[in-house]
Amino acid sequence: MKKKVMLGMSGGVDSSVAAAVLLDKGYDVIGVTMQIWPDMQEERQKNEGGCCSLSAVDDARWVADKLGIPYYVLNFKDIFEHNVIEYFKKEYLQGRTPNPCIACNRHVKFEAMLNKAVSMGIDYVATGHYAKVEYDRDLNRYLLKKSVTQAKDQTYALYNLTQEQLSRTLMPIGDYTKDMVREIAKEIGLIVATKPDSQEICFVEDNDYGRFITENTDAEIKPGNFTDTKGNILGRHKGIIYYTVGQRKGLGITFGKPMFVVDINAENNTVVLGDETEVFSDSLIAYDLNFISIDRLDSDMKVTAKIRYSAKEAPAVITPVENDKVKVVFENPQRAITPGQSVVFYDGDKVVGGGIIEKSALLY
Amino acid sequence: MGDKFIYFDHAATTATRKEVVEAMLPYFTEKFGNPSSIYTLGRESKKAIEESRDKVAKALGATSKEIFFTGSGTEADNWAVKGVAYANRQKGKHIITTSIEHHAILHTCQYLESDGFEVTYLPVDENGLVTPEQVEKAIRPDTILISIMFANNEIGTIQPIAEIGKIAKTHKIYFHTDAVQAVGNVPINVEEMNIDLLSLSGHKFYGPKGIGALYVRKGTKMISFMHGGAQERGRRASTENVAAIVGLGKAIEIATEKMDEYNKKLLALRDRTIEEIQKKIPFIKLNGDRYKRLPGNVNFSFNFIEGESLLLMLDMKGIAASSGSACTSGSLDPSHVLLAIGLPHEIAHGSLRITFGEENTQEDVDYLLEALVPIVERLREMSPLYEKDKCSCK
Repeated sequence: MKKKVMLGMSGGVDSSVAAAVLLDKGYDVIGVTMQIWPDMQEERQKNEGGCCSLSAVDDARWVADKLGIPYYVLNFKDIFEHNVIEYFKKEYLQGRTPNPCIACNRHVKFEAMLNKAVSMGIDYVATGHYAKVEYDRDLNRYLLKKSVTQAKDQTYALYNLTQEQLSRTLMPIGDYTKDMVREIAKEIGLIVATKPDSQEICFVEDNDYGRFITENTDAEIKPGNFTDTKGNILGRHKGIIYYTVGQRKGLGITFGKPMFVVDINAENNTVVLGDETEVFSDSLIAYDLNFISIDRLDSDMKVTAKIRYSAKEAPAVITPVENDKVKVVFENPQRAITPGQSVVFYDGDKVVGGGIIEKSALLY
Repeated sequence: MGDKFIYFDHAATTATRKEVVEAMLPYFTEKFGNPSSIYTLGRESKKAIEESRDKVAKALGATSKEIFFTGSGTEADNWAVKGVAYANRQKGKHIITTSIEHHAILHTCQYLESDGFEVTYLPVDENGLVTPEQVEKAIRPDTILISIMFANNEIGTIQPIAEIGKIAKTHKIYFHTDAVQAVGNVPINVEEMNIDLLSLSGHKFYGPKGIGALYVRKGTKMISFMHGGAQERGRRASTENVAAIVGLGKAIEIATEKMDEYNKKLLALRDRTIEEIQKKIPFIKLNGDRYKRLPGNVNFSFNFIEGESLLLMLDMKGIAASSGSACTSGSLDPSHVLLAIGLPHEIAHGSLRITFGEENTQEDVDYLLEALVPIVERLREMSPLYEKDKCSCK
């Protein structure tokens, strides 16, 4: 009997081609789009794009019809609200800069969607991510590997996958380059072939995080002080949620030299500014870890580590420390290590694991 | 995913009857005349419309002049509520309805609220019923309209329409009922029930889609819905959808003729399904009144599972059923009706609506039960809530 796969479809090129590839490989494919945005944003859903908008649903349904596969829209609004939006707001209110896509992959796609698939007797979930899932016989582990297109690689946002989840996950386009994917899309006549890649945070309009949080929280957003790294007051900020580590623009005041946010302190509601040199750090502590290529970290390990989605991997040594945390020491200082973002460790093209950045050891 | 296909969603829509399609066909081709034209071809179309109007009137116990064709049940609901509200604004601004109406009424009322009207949404009991006393209590000196659905589309509960009609008449308040689910299923007489306005929709009783009607008692003060030509005596301008009107007339005629036989058949399917599900599956709740319900309606909540997964798995077995209300994207939201009858949010997510119709048989029920029982079991096995609650359930 054919193996059944529940494929998350966004109407975009990648997941549409994933559907075609899976069919070609002989799977029984069931397409789904996750309905995740809260009701208050229904108006926006009707008007705009984005990976889970109404136009995405229309596009995905069109693709599913074209390929002749069943297609459903699944309601994950509550799960998304609790695990992604609430988390997003909470992190900002605590002076951190979260990555909601990682939370969405972890709790919505590979937990809620996978659970739903399993409960329905479906063997796998699949997505159009640029990453590869492979089983390594020698290690007896499922591995997450970088896509053949390094520029498109999305493993950074997938480091939370557990062995159980990986054993039920297919990422069929990890072996293809973006150009090959677009070519396949054209061959099978998908009109989505020319659509731009989706970007940014899907549930925040205009990428105005500050306004989104202000409008959707009961917490008071209080102005506070900008200080320098020695604690001298430099001016007033409009609320810590409006800032992120490494930020230079939009501080609202000017200084004789370029100044950057080097730290955000929620406890005393201050934003610490420093100059170019002070925004660099060579080490960090990460928590909430998940390991993929190894069962656990028992001793020092040389890796390359990536501190945000757009950052380059940098050589580092990871060391287990107390309370299930990891210390990451880089060969060279990294710019703007940001609490709340994730750090992901690689061994060549394999994902070793990752965690959330708790703090960096500031050089000042 | 086999070839089997069984349709259990007749409250959503029904297939147009062969006889109805046949009656309609000539009006697409040789009898294509515009009913407003004076020559023979036009007059033939006009005549067909009026015959259809007579049939609708006869089915409701109304006179032909009180029947107005609309583009849908939703349009009829919109027209009834807005039409009465705006025409009687000087008299009052208060409307009474229920919390379990179809969105065609609820969203229209919400719109009117934004325009200065005041609306009382009567709560319902655990079976989805409002009482005539509740209605009477809600009446204010400025109440201009009472709009209460005849039978609920989700849980099938039938309201005490005749009693509410009596109250409305006593207080001289217009009484509208959204009878989209009821027409063709239960006997209706607008005279005996003191109904002033009634909405119906063709495709719910084996007529075509895109056609509905509004009964408006003679002398009812209301504004026109569409302005333009003199069609529908100037109250709903638009060149008539002649073929669909003919289809609606034919469908309502057959439905009225066959009603007793049809009801008997649906009741047998419904009651056996309810009893068997209650016997075979624990931790369930029948939604809606056990007896005051549409003859073809079954609606159950299954604790510990989501209606969404259930529907998808039934679909994979070729069984078409429904759950909750579909939102714009087609995903399922917890139904406002189930929330209104007091179901907690997570259980309102887990309902299954089966609505029987003409072509269903007892063998279909066998197939449904054979599929449903193991699916519910499987989904519960996978549910983290199940084990925990099962133990505390004793």
